[in-house]
Amino acid sequence: MNRRDFLKNTARVIGGITLPLTAFKIINPRELLASTGDKTKVRWVFLVDTYKCVGCGMCVRACKLENGIPYDAKVTRTWVERYVITKDGKTHADSPMGARDGFTTSKIDLGIDGYEDIKNADIDKGFFVPKLCNQCENPPCVQVCPVGATYQVPDGVVLVDRTWCIGCGYCIMACPYGVRFFHPVYHTAEKCTFCYHRITKGMKTACVDTCPFGARQIGNIKDPNDPVTKIIMTERIGILKEEYGTKPQVYYLGLDREVK
Amino acid sequence: MKSHVYRPLWVVLGLVCIILVVRYFYVPKDFGIGRRGYMYGWHRKADVEFWKNYKVKYKGSAYCKDCHSENYNKLMQSPHVIIPCEDCHSPAIDHPVDPQKLQIQKGRGLCLRCHYPLPYPTSGRANIPSIDPDTHNPGTECVMCHNPHNPLEGLK
Repeated sequence: MNRRDFLKNTARVIGGITLPLTAFKIINPRELLASTGDKTKVRWVFLVDTYKCVGCGMCVRACKLENGIPYDAKVTRTWVERYVITKDGKTHADSPMGARDGFTTSKIDLGIDGYEDIKNADIDKGFFVPKLCNQCENPPCVQVCPVGATYQVPDGVVLVDRTWCIGCGYCIMACPYGVRFFHPVYHTAEKCTFCYHRITKGMKTACVDTCPFGARQIGNIKDPNDPVTKIIMTERIGILKEEYGTKPQVYYLGLDREVK
Repeated sequence: MKSHVYRPLWVVLGLVCIILVVRYFYVPKDFGIGRRGYMYGWHRKADVEFWKNYKVKYKGSAYCKDCHSENYNKLMQSPHVIIPCEDCHSPAIDHPVDPQKLQIQKGRGLCLRCHYPLPYPTSGRANIPSIDPDTHNPGTECVMCHNPHNPLEGLK
């Protein structure tokens, strides 16, 4: 082999190796979809400002009434947690009836263990954290459904088909955030829908509309001019249980490490 | 081979056929794979419409404005302007047709949702004026003295 042939063959081999790799990249459907512009222009996300929340629980009441969740049943699609961190480093958390009636006592509800009195002078931090379905990008609840009764709509919301759900409860076990429960009347899996009937009509969710303090906001992360998108892109935000890889789409301002 | 070896095979094949026929009629026609593939999008398409058509119950304060303009305007001038009408008056649904009268929450518990003293630092709650319900006229409804539409108006 002379010098000229060697160089020619080397060029051919290198070209042959790199060309199929680049060709492979071009036909990746996901990247193609992203480069040509995704057809769905909407991806619903939620933003909770824990500095603004005062724990009035109006959102929980509104959610129950709007979505037909039996008012006195101990299940709810959204709830508010109270965190009180005392000077001795202990975290005290409660959410009586999901904060349906707000927090009208300084005592922490311990369930069957009664109530714990905390002196105001001992408090280091105290705040409220509203919780709801995270409408994950990789929803584990949907993966485990054996009958295709729960699914993700292209705009990101995870819904439950009440006529198709067999009530096996796998999704309730699979959700790392514990947002799913059995509906006491329909006996099927139930969850927050981001008020799908409202957001698809241009309204806000019931919990957003009834929050007097603007602690809850809903927006479209695919719209760069959406106020919620602007906050998520520019401020310091947190998400819950990032390590599970579910890509939750409820963003929190002022999330403390005690919040799980 | 003897027929008794084949016989169970026919039974199994028959069962498979029956299951396929039942499945054909039982599974709705619009059941299929959505845009997010088999893992996330396997569902019955008509169910999306079910959730879209769910009844809206909270109509928003603008719904109240025209008929109840007196209270609405009073509220707009008060520090309670941030509170939507339906928070205290319950969801409008199809009021005034159904329900004809809304269930107004009047108890002390309603006001205490915000005005019970919880002086938590790092929460907006600490900045809200509050009263101790055990010493502040216990047993009396707040609206006996205070006007919820304008609490600064003075006591009744």
